[in-house]
Amino acid sequence: MIRIENVTKQYKGSSRPALNNVSLEIEKGDFVFLVGASGSGKSSLMRLMLREDIPTSGSVHVMGENLVAIPSRRIPFFRRKLGVVFQDFRLLPTKTVAQNVAFSLEVIGKSQGFIHEAVPDVLAMVGLEGKADRLPGELSGGEQQRVALARAIVNKPAVLLADEPTGNLDPATSEGIMALLERINLAGTTVVMATHDRGIVDRLQKRVVEMREGEIFRDQRSAGYIKTQTDSHPVKSWNLAVDQSWSLGGDE
Amino acid sequence: MRFGFVMGEIGHGLRRNVSMVISVILVTFISLTFVGTASLLQLQIGQMKNYWYDRAQVAVYLCTEVSPGDVCPQGEASGDLKTSIEEKLKSSVLQPYIKEYFFENHKQAYDKFQEQFAGNSVAKYVTPNQLNETFWVSLKDPSKSQIITESFSGVAGVEEVRDQRSYLDQIFNILNAASLAAVGIAALMLVSAALLISTTIRLSAFSRRREIGIMRLVGASNFYIQLPFILEGVVAATIGSALAAGAVLSVVQFFVQGYLATKLPFTSFVNLGDGLLVAPALIAAGILLSAVASGFAIRRYLRI
Repeated sequence: MIRIENVTKQYKGSSRPALNNVSLEIEKGDFVFLVGASGSGKSSLMRLMLREDIPTSGSVHVMGENLVAIPSRRIPFFRRKLGVVFQDFRLLPTKTVAQNVAFSLEVIGKSQGFIHEAVPDVLAMVGLEGKADRLPGELSGGEQQRVALARAIVNKPAVLLADEPTGNLDPATSEGIMALLERINLAGTTVVMATHDRGIVDRLQKRVVEMREGEIFRDQRSAGYIKTQTDSHPVKSWNLAVDQSWSLGGDE
Repeated sequence: MRFGFVMGEIGHGLRRNVSMVISVILVTFISLTFVGTASLLQLQIGQMKNYWYDRAQVAVYLCTEVSPGDVCPQGEASGDLKTSIEEKLKSSVLQPYIKEYFFENHKQAYDKFQEQFAGNSVAKYVTPNQLNETFWVSLKDPSKSQIITESFSGVAGVEEVRDQRSYLDQIFNILNAASLAAVGIAALMLVSAALLISTTIRLSAFSRRREIGIMRLVGASNFYIQLPFILEGVVAATIGSALAAGAVLSVVQFFVQGYLATKLPFTSFVNLGDGLLVAPALIAAGILLSAVASGFAIRRYLRI
């Protein structure tokens, strides 16, 4: 579903590459946590998967599209097969919940009939029935993120990219969002989630890809936030003290 | 493509920066009015040239008793000289170029003078003998007056050969300069209109950057994202150019036809038909200008 091969990304004016020869393969239906300190390359990797940016070298394939060579007029059609949510929700404050979701369908030219059917369905799915006519400013953070999730999945994407979706939420609310993401994943959508939230990663025991200084430091199935002794696929040897100091204090 | 959605977006954008939109309307209005006036002036010049050049004659003025001695040493042109001049006009060399000619004697020249200067004190002092007898020559091709001038300059009994077009050319030069000035002003204003449109569109895009970000994220096509902005510029400029077209048409109808044409009844002026030729061109120019300016602005603002 997502295949990243030998990707290096060097931003102008920076001495160290943001991504250094990274290779990663994500299967259809996977649920992957992308963890690592700020500046470790998580966001650069997400941007490449969204085709917000292209790598300096290497190849990125998402849903069968070669994102290095894709012509710019095809990018919008690629993004329609992809859902994205962010830490800051990115809702339109002047539109209601239903209008926010409908907007994303209107701008890709879906019919009014389809929108009238799909929007209430997806709002029910994320648990926002009865709040369709509220403005985002009247909702709690968790509810706003649900709206953003509804918008991301209303077009039934094959891949959902979530960039720290619980970053602005308290643990109880995060819990609800994670339950929702798991349900979306169970319905067949591949989910890639970048996060700093140690509790969530430890509890869900999904595949964990840990980035450090632009490289993949560890890629482990059914793992927690910190590398454990039962680690089955160590990528390279590491220093416990360094790792702990990062994982406790590394959050920006 | 959902028509209602695009229309809603345009209306939203136009309402959001009303003052900029009004300035776009005014600038396109004024600049295109200049363009329209300049093109009408050109049409007018063309029309007058056609009319007057066709009627312009070459005058072969004959010597009188008061002509200066250096060109007319023999004084008043004698009957023999007149006959030889007329024979030259009839000769096979000049005949192919000449449509017709007629002779104007002292009496006819005097009558015409009295008519033209009626009420002027000059009319009282002038005597028929002071006015030139003249061969008025109409040419088949008025631009070939050179042939007559060369044939008769310096011939005995001829005081001067004069092409009436030389008087007309002065008038046309003035009109031409006026229309060129109008075109120059119009060009400057069109540049500022284009810059103003692109600034307005960029401002509009900036105030809607959140929407644009989401549209890009969910995979709206570039065309769909850009269209409302381009149409926004086009709508504003179309209003301005429609006003300009209206202004040009009313100048033709009320000033040219309603005032000038009644004051100068023997001159042919541009009419509403000419105005109706210019007006759609103005609107088309306004639409094209704004589409290009706003398209360029939004393309630079929105990179994928």
